[in-house]
Amino acid sequence: MAKKQHVQVTINGRSREALVEPRTLLVHFIREVPGLTGTHVGCDTSNCGACTVILDGKTVKSCTMFAVQADGAEIMTVEGLIKDGQLHPLQQGFKEEHGLQCGFCTPGMLMSACALLSKNPNPSEQDIRWGISGNLCRCTGYQNIVKAVQFAAKKMSESKTVAQGGSK
Amino acid sequence: MIPAAFEYLRPKTIPEAVALLQQHGNEAKIMSGGQSLIPMMKLRLARPGYIIDINRISGLSYIKEEGGFLKIGGLTREAEVEASAVVRSKYPILIETASVIADPQVRNLATVGGNLAHGDPANDHGATMIALAAQIVATGAKGERVIPIEQFFVTLFTTSLQQDEILTEIRVPIPPPRSGGAYFKLERKVGDFATAAVAVQLTLDGAGAVQKAGMGLTNVGAVPIKARKAEDFLRGKKPDAATIAQAAQLAADDAEPSSDLRGPAEYKKGLVKELAKRALSSAVERAGK
Repeated sequence: MAKKQHVQVTINGRSREALVEPRTLLVHFIREVPGLTGTHVGCDTSNCGACTVILDGKTVKSCTMFAVQADGAEIMTVEGLIKDGQLHPLQQGFKEEHGLQCGFCTPGMLMSACALLSKNPNPSEQDIRWGISGNLCRCTGYQNIVKAVQFAAKKMSESKTVAQGGSK
Repeated sequence: MIPAAFEYLRPKTIPEAVALLQQHGNEAKIMSGGQSLIPMMKLRLARPGYIIDINRISGLSYIKEEGGFLKIGGLTREAEVEASAVVRSKYPILIETASVIADPQVRNLATVGGNLAHGDPANDHGATMIALAAQIVATGAKGERVIPIEQFFVTLFTTSLQQDEILTEIRVPIPPPRSGGAYFKLERKVGDFATAAVAVQLTLDGAGAVQKAGMGLTNVGAVPIKARKAEDFLRGKKPDAATIAQAAQLAADDAEPSSDLRGPAEYKKGLVKELAKRALSSAVERAGK
């Protein structure tokens, strides 16, 4: 067996470490070391995006990266969205606009949408569709996912205006 | 799916990586973005005994114009190409190529160098780099070597990189004034490989005739194909509709597609012709601006 390697990553603000075989995929590390099972293994062949996490600010498919590669990285998973018991505007959007049915693709969708909104707070419908183009959903037909992201974008820009003392 | 076990090596410098390649021979595989290699390892189509991860080598990720070339570092990600101001302003063909590779998550990791070094004829940069007459810089034990792109692709998944060499830079000649390029790809869905794609880069002379022509074809043969007949035909001619139509036919003649799930060979030849027509028209329009 190949020599185990020490891997330390920060997941949702908390440091996690383990000795793992080099062939351990990042998604298995995330699910099995801290037990964060919100990140799903879907197709396992880099097609579906259910395993998407945000690594050092960029979305990656955690089934197509080895945990050893992520050593030292900051990772955000779907469990990192909630703040002080309050759902993230994206989570609220998916709830209000029926952005999910079976829910299997949802964690990956949320991560891609989250990365999109941090880069582009006012995306067009086309931008949203492009932003989630690496995530497959077999239930919704995508329409309600697009609406959910629009809901979140609106909500986040409103709260920003309030926070900045705007009156519009 | 879990890949076969391997030893993981993470060199900090290029000489260190080259030394590891020499030490472990054919058992070793360089990993950059890993977006082709890891899926192949999970399917056990690849079982390297040693992975040499070059991602922590500093100074290999850049896009800059220098000495007459656009230089792309061996570790530059597709997403960085898409976002690059210099590429956006002067190399629309590269934007059109990078932005249709796989999907956003894959492009955040996948590298231009890996796309080429993998030697998969379905990969998109091969045809584009042929159209742009790019050069590949390979670094090995004896130092750097420059390989013209038309000598780079040998056969399926095989390039002219030697066993101890790493692709460290791609050099694209800076296009002269009155140049234009385009990449047209048909894919069944986002993330799929091309059913076929055509890359075109043209330079017009003062009278509006074609001075330089580069054309590459994706996924219609064992390697990315240089459409020589079409290139030769175009040179010296005014690129009007009739000339474009004939050049497109010649490009289709150079394609050697196989029938597969994406369609029969005959359909793919027809597709090359139509995509070539559109790519040529777009390149001519851009060159005229």
